[in-house]
Amino acid sequence: MTKKSPNITNKLYSCSAVFAVLLIWQFITGAGIVDAFLLPSPLGVAKAFFTEFPALMGHSLTTLSEAFIGLGLGVFLGFFMALIMDRFEILYQAFYPLVILTQTVPTVAIAPLLVLWFGYEMAPKIILIVITTFFPITIGLLTGFRSADPDAISLLRAMGAGQGQIFFYIKLPGALGQFFSGLRISASYAVVGAVISEWLGGFGGLGVYMTRVKKAFSFDKMFAVIFLVSAISLLLMNGVELLQKFCMPWNRRE
Amino acid sequence: MAILKVDGVTKSFQGSKIIEHVSLELREGELVSLLGVSGGGKTTLFNIIAGLSQPEEGKVFLDGLDITGKPGQISYMLQKDLLLPYRTVEDNVALPLLIRGIKKSEARRQASQYFEKFGLEGTQKKYPSQLSGGMKQRAALLRTYLFSARVALLDEPFSALDMLTKSAIHDWYLQVMESIRLSTLFVTHDIDEAILLSDRVCLLTGRPGQITKEIQIRTPRPRKKDFALSEQFLEYKRQILHDLENSPGNR
Repeated sequence: MTKKSPNITNKLYSCSAVFAVLLIWQFITGAGIVDAFLLPSPLGVAKAFFTEFPALMGHSLTTLSEAFIGLGLGVFLGFFMALIMDRFEILYQAFYPLVILTQTVPTVAIAPLLVLWFGYEMAPKIILIVITTFFPITIGLLTGFRSADPDAISLLRAMGAGQGQIFFYIKLPGALGQFFSGLRISASYAVVGAVISEWLGGFGGLGVYMTRVKKAFSFDKMFAVIFLVSAISLLLMNGVELLQKFCMPWNRRE
Repeated sequence: MAILKVDGVTKSFQGSKIIEHVSLELREGELVSLLGVSGGGKTTLFNIIAGLSQPEEGKVFLDGLDITGKPGQISYMLQKDLLLPYRTVEDNVALPLLIRGIKKSEARRQASQYFEKFGLEGTQKKYPSQLSGGMKQRAALLRTYLFSARVALLDEPFSALDMLTKSAIHDWYLQVMESIRLSTLFVTHDIDEAILLSDRVCLLTGRPGQITKEIQIRTPRPRKKDFALSEQFLEYKRQILHDLENSPGNR
């Protein structure tokens, strides 16, 4: 019980900070210091959110399905890359710079190209998400695999374990912590990646919705969708954390 | 007949010899200590016996069979417990059985029979982080025993423990060894520990490391702890200190 209380007070502080910002914001817009047309009030944003709720949910579904498919493929690719790069030193030497390079290319710059190549359907969006999400997974897992205790590996070898058993008993569980750190980042990248790629063309999704309301100068709806995107990212990150607690029960009982 | 026989083993690292013509024998149920300074080639010798590295010269025999460079025959235990933090104690000690291909439920059942004997009852479902240092080493020894009940290599297993824990674990160890009679090769740099626990003490000294002296500890087992306070014990210690001082590496 005593252990829990600092956590609760921390949350109390951060919640009151958020509340204070909203309050100031409401005051500034309510008192007419900033034009309501340029900066809608928080209450206005909330109202827009509720009136637009059905449309927002429909678009969320599109964005989320892109994000999930992209993230799933990204995790798969990331896992595979980490696996072969850990197993074969040559592949590590060969691919590591390449993997880093993929992350230096700005997403916004390649997104239009992907649209030109793959059209307005799901494909370019998913490809973009895969490119952005596989990286934290690969790096996380690779670091985890390579930081396995060499003494533990020797011990298992002395017990007659093969490469597969060493991987299964030592490397994989030892890398789980880093895998989940990577996954948390990837999950938020996935949503942002989906939205960015939808900006550049598509038939549905929160990004498409964003460009539409921007053209209509409906800033209240704009803010509503921005908050929705952050909320979705936050929810996904929390989901990953829950999944981690479930997959790594040994971390809970210190 | 000797269970384990190390015959004239030589090994170099980066051009310089670490150990040279090391030979020793371990008989059934016997506990032999290798006493020497840290970095004196004890670990190198252990890796060779465990089959993890190949000696340039010499061979290792287990029950008369050549096992040089073949892992999977002899297990060892280090100062680090090397218990996997993400496995419960029972799944940690059962690991060698799982590696051998025994089913999980059967491996757990086999392991569970020894928890009481090793003073580990009630820890089955705990994680290693919930155990004290001494208990972790007990679990590590049980894992070693479950790997092979024939021969065990213990590399400074208790040297990371504090004095009081170490003394308690010596009591426990002597008691467990009486009931399981595990033939053991025990590396240590603690002279008291070597005398208290072993039937024979071999001095591994010099550069490259060689076995320069072998001292029989004739006091019969099981030994009580006050053996460490006896005149006889001091006599052994005096002799070992003398031998260490006059060993070739020290001149």
